[in-house]
Amino acid sequence: MTQASDTQATRRRWLLLSPALLILLFAASGPLLIVVLYSFLTPGDYGGVVWKFSTDAWFNVVVERDFFDDTLSFSDAHLSIFWRSVKLSLMTTLVAFIVGFPTAYFIATRPKDKRDIWMLLIMIPFWTNLLIRTFAVMEIIRNEGVVNSLLIGLGIIDQPIQMLFTEFAITLGMFYVYLPLMVLPIYAAMERFDFSLVEAAYDLYASRWRVLRRVIFPIVKPGVIAGSILVFVPSLGAYVTPRVLGGGKQLMLGNLIELQFGQGRNWPLGAALSITLLAIVMVALIVYVRAAGREEMSHG
Amino acid sequence: MAKSRAFDVRRQTGFVPIALLCFLVLYLPIILLVVYSFNKGESIAIWEGFSWQWYVKAWQNEKVQDATILSLIIATSASLIATSAAVMAALATTRTRGFRGYTFVFALINQPLMIPEIVTAVALLIFFAMIKVATGYTGLMYLIIAHSAFCIPFAYMPIRARLQGMDLNLEQAGADLYGTPWRVFRRVTLPQLWPGVLAGSMLAFVISLDDVVITEFVKSAGQDTLPTYMLGQMRRVITPEVNAISTALLAISVALVIAFYLLSKGGTQTNRE
Repeated sequence: MTQASDTQATRRRWLLLSPALLILLFAASGPLLIVVLYSFLTPGDYGGVVWKFSTDAWFNVVVERDFFDDTLSFSDAHLSIFWRSVKLSLMTTLVAFIVGFPTAYFIATRPKDKRDIWMLLIMIPFWTNLLIRTFAVMEIIRNEGVVNSLLIGLGIIDQPIQMLFTEFAITLGMFYVYLPLMVLPIYAAMERFDFSLVEAAYDLYASRWRVLRRVIFPIVKPGVIAGSILVFVPSLGAYVTPRVLGGGKQLMLGNLIELQFGQGRNWPLGAALSITLLAIVMVALIVYVRAAGREEMSHG
Repeated sequence: MAKSRAFDVRRQTGFVPIALLCFLVLYLPIILLVVYSFNKGESIAIWEGFSWQWYVKAWQNEKVQDATILSLIIATSASLIATSAAVMAALATTRTRGFRGYTFVFALINQPLMIPEIVTAVALLIFFAMIKVATGYTGLMYLIIAHSAFCIPFAYMPIRARLQGMDLNLEQAGADLYGTPWRVFRRVTLPQLWPGVLAGSMLAFVISLDDVVITEFVKSAGQDTLPTYMLGQMRRVITPEVNAISTALLAISVALVIAFYLLSKGGTQTNRE
């Protein structure tokens, strides 16, 4: 190809790309840089910022200054919210794996023409409104909800069990809304699985458990890693689910961030917390990319 | 008898019950939500008989009407903008050798899928607040642009997939017959690409219609969409009216997702090998 047509092709390509890139730079990526900038400014009295450099926001992410004697101490409130976010996200991921792995396996072992329908059944809830699904969980576990009514009706308990506005409720809700993200990649990895390998293992007198652990699991592991990341990342940044099911009592990182832009009136702190969340997510994604790359090297 | 049955290498103890339980758990809450939207009484746990009254109530609620109209305006605009941008981006990035900046483009397009929504929401709140102060404009464009941005990857994926499976020869033939690039695109590429475009725009529409977090942070006063209106309602005593609105929204999403499934299924069948 000649030099001229190459340049022309390049120009045409970037011209075609420009609308998408401009929209994304304007309303997705670009503003992230402003968040970084804001995290180094001073909060204004009524929200917003004063254009004065300060690193206070970053200190306030983990440290708080005593109002009276100016001593510094770890911010228990923030640290406990960080800890809760990580803990509940890990639990959500674990439960989603325990339920999602057998489900993906079940779908992958159906007759070929039926698999798409089963996967559609997994994906339909995923494409429906997250708020509505969270609300559906809320209706079931509230004190007057179906679960408590049923248990009281059967005479198992006298008083409703308080499930709503607990960490259990948030974990259940996040499990419920993010489960399809676990099933999808595991299924994708398992669909291509060659079951003659399993046959060979049984011929060599392997037990079912051993086959699962030593033959099937290593091959679908990239799917499991992908699924875990896909569940863990949105759980960590969840906002709607902990707000509705935690009822403002059990805050997670997303809610703490929102608080700084609402009643907290500390935009720089909110910005610093957002960057912190972003950093944790980036670390998780890098771990995933490297793990997936290694798997590909060893199996590809 | 059971013993004599052929040994099934695919069976794993307990997997089938867990999977079936999983489907039950996925659907039971949604089914209950739909059922109680038809409840006669105010309760969302005690069944008191069938009635349409909550649908009528929601339909007559002016706030719900306004929110519905706003949701539809935003979702339609965002879907149109995102799909147009995605078609162009897909044309530029598929069926080509790798090019300089490809990683950057790919990362940028998929960025809304990777970055937590709350972070983008905060970034847009700050950025748009600056623009609002500078220009005084508080209209709908903020929401439309924000929605367009996060809809782009969802529109891009099915279009790109469709484009990758398409036959280059036809376009080559069109060009050989002295078709202008635009004419070749309109008469040869677009008709083949159409199922992908339709699928992409439907996904974008659903994603925009369902968005809560970014909308909640970006909206100006009085710009409630259906999801943010519902989020506001959940702080109060909840009546089956919310169930009725939810059911209507669910019906739209499910219909579009099934249509998307059928479209992309037809698409891959003609494309495979």
